[in-house]
Amino acid sequence: MGRYLLRRLLQFIPVFLGTTFIVYTLVWAVPGDPFAGKCGERQCPETFVSLMTDRYGLNDPLVVQYFTYLGKVVSGNLGETFSGVSISEQLLNSAPITVRLAIVALLIQIVIGVVAGVVTGIRGRGFLDNLVLVSTLFLISLPTFVTGSVLQILLGVEWGIINPTVSAEATWGELIVPGFVLGAISMAYVTRLTRTSIAENRRADYVRTAIAKGQPNRRVVFVHLLRNSAIPVVTFLGTDLGSLMGGAIVTEGVFNINGIGGLIFRNIAEKEGVMVTTIVTLLVLVYLLMSLFVDLLYAVLDPRIRYD
Amino acid sequence: MGTRAGALTAAPLALVLVLSGCGGGGGGTPSGNATADATITIYGTNPPGNMLPANATDAGSAKMQEGVYSQLVGYAPADGKPFNQVAESITTTDSKVYNVKLRKGWKFHDGTEVKAKNFVDAWNWGAYGPNAQLSATWFKQIDGFADVYTKDPDGPSGPQKPPTPASKTMKGLKVIGDHEFEITLKAPFSVFSTVIGYNPFAPLPDKFFADPEGFAKAPIGNGPLKFVSFTPNVDIKLTRNDDFPLEQKKVKFKNLTIKIYSQQEAAYKDLLSGQLDFMEALPPSAKAGSKYKTELGDRLLTAKLLSISTLTLPEYLPEYKNLDLRKAIALAINREQITKTVLAETYVPADGWVNDNIEGYEKGVCGEFCQYDPAKAKEFYARSGHTGKITIQSNSDGGRKEPLEAACNSIKNALGVECTFVGATNFGDFRNLIDGQKLTGLGRSDWGADYAEIENFLNPLYRTGGSSNDSKTSNPQLDSLLAQADATAQRADAIKLYQQAHHVLPTYFPSIPVWMERGVGAKSSNLESATLNFKRRLEYASVVVKAKS
Repeated sequence: MGRYLLRRLLQFIPVFLGTTFIVYTLVWAVPGDPFAGKCGERQCPETFVSLMTDRYGLNDPLVVQYFTYLGKVVSGNLGETFSGVSISEQLLNSAPITVRLAIVALLIQIVIGVVAGVVTGIRGRGFLDNLVLVSTLFLISLPTFVTGSVLQILLGVEWGIINPTVSAEATWGELIVPGFVLGAISMAYVTRLTRTSIAENRRADYVRTAIAKGQPNRRVVFVHLLRNSAIPVVTFLGTDLGSLMGGAIVTEGVFNINGIGGLIFRNIAEKEGVMVTTIVTLLVLVYLLMSLFVDLLYAVLDPRIRYD
Repeated sequence: MGTRAGALTAAPLALVLVLSGCGGGGGGTPSGNATADATITIYGTNPPGNMLPANATDAGSAKMQEGVYSQLVGYAPADGKPFNQVAESITTTDSKVYNVKLRKGWKFHDGTEVKAKNFVDAWNWGAYGPNAQLSATWFKQIDGFADVYTKDPDGPSGPQKPPTPASKTMKGLKVIGDHEFEITLKAPFSVFSTVIGYNPFAPLPDKFFADPEGFAKAPIGNGPLKFVSFTPNVDIKLTRNDDFPLEQKKVKFKNLTIKIYSQQEAAYKDLLSGQLDFMEALPPSAKAGSKYKTELGDRLLTAKLLSISTLTLPEYLPEYKNLDLRKAIALAINREQITKTVLAETYVPADGWVNDNIEGYEKGVCGEFCQYDPAKAKEFYARSGHTGKITIQSNSDGGRKEPLEAACNSIKNALGVECTFVGATNFGDFRNLIDGQKLTGLGRSDWGADYAEIENFLNPLYRTGGSSNDSKTSNPQLDSLLAQADATAQRADAIKLYQQAHHVLPTYFPSIPVWMERGVGAKSSNLESATLNFKRRLEYASVVVKAKS
């Protein structure tokens, strides 16, 4: 187990270097001058462009720029955006909000999705099953933007139950509706995954044995059935947390949340290469860690899986 | 249609003006402190720069600038007519040497007095090349600008750096006393006293020069509002300056929060539900089908903006140099229909190259060529001998694409020639095409005047080498008229010459006028009144908060 973990952690290094280099190259390969359009309908003063090009080393070859950047990151200095705002400061402001939003979304997925999946999976065909299938199909077919805007207009503008946008503090309570919007599609998938997995395992030998041994129904469902059916769901949820962090662009835009999604969107538009690279790198790390976590969780869920 | 649209927008404007005047006269006062202690929240965008006065060229930072700083002159909210603010008087006999006397006792927010040297030092600092301020070239009229601002010998992308300027100060600025200074220009410029009301000409307190970077994070100004805090992507907070001396620009609320949004749509929903008090623009979804009129009702604010939209015809494209072709395209655009439908009556057709809200505007300078006439358009097109297709380029975000596509359609239908809209992903990319002279057809050009002078619609846009002469045109007759107008001491005489220059434009069509924007904004029901000014901003002094009953 320990060696497996070490091997996996070591694998992070080339993946990390590779992705950052690719992202960095892609960001700077996008044609266009980051300083164009900064001065409205006029061309920017030459002195401004010269100074900025110099300060950010934009005249160096790409590889040199990349390694300078990497050196800075390793030494813990993420640098500044072109407007002189510290990148780490912005990240520290935005990241907790997105993490909170992603956790809310994940909780909604787990609670609603797994419960609905287990119930329909055990009961089998019937009104409830059909209802869940239709409603999940409905959620899957709606783009996040639509779900978000509809809920925002109904709950926020028409009925006044929530504020249409989230305040700067972004408290847990305010994030429930955006979290639901962000998690809605994945929630539907979780429901369907759980339902299928449970329905399949319901007829497995070990379940029959457990029932035959006279174990209480609750124990059969939660310990034997759910635990064994959880592997595909956990795999999905694990990678989903990563995509929730990055995929929050739409939700954060609709509800004006100052999170990672909005940050990445704005900075791509403003050609803030360093910022984009840093955020994407962070997201890559989240993905890597989550997939490691999911892999380790398999062993817990199914003791037959060993990593030695 | 022109007059009807005018009446439509003028009526609510007049109402707003009456209301705000009323509020200022004491209409809102009976409720006493309840409204005077109020906090209002307005729509904002993330400032891309560091917000020093000479660095703030964008709308996001300008909202903060206009509260925190007061320049020598201010502008009237409706039409931008200048009036003296910090200046007690600005006098000149030859439009070259300007003598400025300051009001006494006007203080910065840190308690130090605003003196002549605060202006002179701030302007010198802003113009000094190595300080790399975005608005540095605004000071180019002043004698000695060339000594403080040097050009990069091989262009900004080359390896060489611009040489360090010989001097740190411009010889055209001379402090005469604590409250008096003199500005000498390189050449006479008749509207200079209007120009100096623009943001980069703000004074800076002595504290600034010790630590410019620290100052940028917590600016100290001399305006009606004091800076409190700025959280990137979240908000800018300002609070009232109780010692502000100028009645006309005093604010009648306590705190101002400029809330930063990444999308107008989200802000608009906040506005509808009363979470946001003011927006100076409406999102495209609200404009679609003129939905905003029913959604907002009496909360709708309108203003005559000092702006004009044209289609630039680059001189460097030989196939478009043809005057008959230019006229044919101008005739082929159905301005009335497009402004009414696609632009939801937030624009009106343009009939010349200057805005109709400016002193010196004349009706119909573009004449028959800006009237939709497909038959005549076809005639001119046949005469031009042009073949191949016509393109219109612009950034396609922010609602730019739809009206231009409609214009293209109109051209296609009238001339029977293929016309396509070629979109750039964002404004920066589009500016890259223009600055690099890489337009391949007509280019969008939306000009908003920086100050209310007819001069501002001509010099920067059409004069040889003008800062925004995107078509790169050069016309000796126009240049000489503009030079003459600039050098005229009497402003009224200068305006006459600028008008003459305006009449030169239809002889060579450097660009095709299309429409002029009417500002539409909105206030929340928390506000008794608010004025959208000619710059499409909230006139802070006009805000009266509703008393809570």
